[in-house]
Amino acid sequence: MAEPAAATTVKTSEPLLSVRGLNAFYGESHVLHGIDFDLREGEVVTLLGRNGAGRTTTLRAMLGLVDRRSGSVKVRGHEIIDLPTHRIAHLGLLGYCPEERGIFASLSVEENLMLPPTLGEGGMSVEEIYRMFPNLEEVRRRTGMRISGGEQQMLAIARILRTGARLLLLDEITEGLAPVIVKTLGRMIGDLKQRGLTIILVEQNFRFASRLADRHYVIEHGKVIDRIDGADLDKNMERLNRYLSV
Amino acid sequence: MDVMMRLILAQGMLGLNNGVFYAMLSLGLAVIFGMLNVVNFAHGALYMLGAFVALILSSYLGPWIGLDALHIGFWPALIITPIVVGCFGMLIERTMLRWLYKFDPIYGLLLTFGIALVLQGVFSNYFNSAGTPYPAQPESLRGVVHLGFMVFPKYRLFAILFSIVVCFLTWYVIERTRLGATLRAGVENPELVQAFGINVPRMITLTFGFGTGLAGLAGVLAAPIYSVSPLMGADIIIIVFAVVVIGGMGSILGAITAGLALGLIEGITKVFYAPAANTVIFFLMVVVLLIRPAGLFGRQN
Repeated sequence: MAEPAAATTVKTSEPLLSVRGLNAFYGESHVLHGIDFDLREGEVVTLLGRNGAGRTTTLRAMLGLVDRRSGSVKVRGHEIIDLPTHRIAHLGLLGYCPEERGIFASLSVEENLMLPPTLGEGGMSVEEIYRMFPNLEEVRRRTGMRISGGEQQMLAIARILRTGARLLLLDEITEGLAPVIVKTLGRMIGDLKQRGLTIILVEQNFRFASRLADRHYVIEHGKVIDRIDGADLDKNMERLNRYLSV
Repeated sequence: MDVMMRLILAQGMLGLNNGVFYAMLSLGLAVIFGMLNVVNFAHGALYMLGAFVALILSSYLGPWIGLDALHIGFWPALIITPIVVGCFGMLIERTMLRWLYKFDPIYGLLLTFGIALVLQGVFSNYFNSAGTPYPAQPESLRGVVHLGFMVFPKYRLFAILFSIVVCFLTWYVIERTRLGATLRAGVENPELVQAFGINVPRMITLTFGFGTGLAGLAGVLAAPIYSVSPLMGADIIIIVFAVVVIGGMGSILGAITAGLALGLIEGITKVFYAPAANTVIFFLMVVVLLIRPAGLFGRQN
């Protein structure tokens, strides 16, 4: 069903993000061995795989948060592989939500929300964010550590929506959260997709994103070993379960 | 008012006068330690440098450049000196300190200790170790004020009020503004702050510049009170480190409060048992370390 829409975007725009032969190292250990994938504006893709397969490292390598990296990462035609980390967010309009959420304990909820600098136009206003996450408004004066895990997760996403980021890198946002909150997050991803944001979800729980994602990339041993289109997911369930089973 | 009370208040005021210098210096140390995790042993020397910059601006710069009539006075020095010392600090951070962050913090401490010795050595070589009086105390701050319980030099009162305002502003900026929130976030998780698009290395340089600028500012303020000597920093820095330990390493509020309080305590001790005045701070440091090892305002963990 999604096929025709995807086909038109292929013709009209070149990829928003194009990763080629991405290698990454932590100290002596070689974690990514040539990751390749593409993303067009407005798409949602997931990076699936087991723990330690290199999904988080893929995001971190894009942001320059690894010790050493090589290959090519192009966002909107800009090569960002050699840029210092603090310039990448600005050039690529990137918003990053790390796996451990990265809520600052010494900052209030509101300070956390206001921390990331504005990258471009079209970010959500604080009022819009509080409308989307009413809980956050209630706890905005508390420090970042005195709110629930679900609130922390919402805050970690909300603060990058304020910046006008167009490409969101969301790492394991459903991890450890109650099913009802996971459902809320799923609706939120749908909303963000509607708004035309481009999203990479690193997930273990692929059912969470299965209805939303245009594509799934399976990563193992630091390589993309398979690619499954969102529309074909049902047919390939067995294959996917095999990749992800321990 | 009885004599005892007057004596306590008078010594308290003089103690407070020392206390504001402790507070300003330990505040700079706290800011630097918080952001860079460096114990800046050069802080005393930079305070001394500040006093010398003020002295040089008023007495030596003119003759050096052939304009004998040029004397840059106290008020311009109050602005120029922190900038000069802050820039010197940023130069140290950029060219030397930066390379040591990846090693044990002890290397930063050793480097700054070395810088302190070099600065002291250089100034001892050219200036009188016994001290040179600062001649440019502003006319408007000469004379005394009657406080009821004592007459107090106008300039010292100014120094106390001015320093308290500077300390409060620093606290306010760090704890209550967006810029401060960015700094605090940078302390907690520099990597993520960087990923959000903030230039953390530049922020670190500016923070070091600010901390050292505070030391320079304290130096100018001290110049009209104490004589300007190459060893003035070495004398005060030991006490300031005790203040930082008592207040809690890296705690802004702790540095300010402990600085003022210990100045007062030191002054008041003079009333009761003068010989203990020089050691009371260290005695308190031992007590605090035994009871609250992370300092009064430090995070205990």
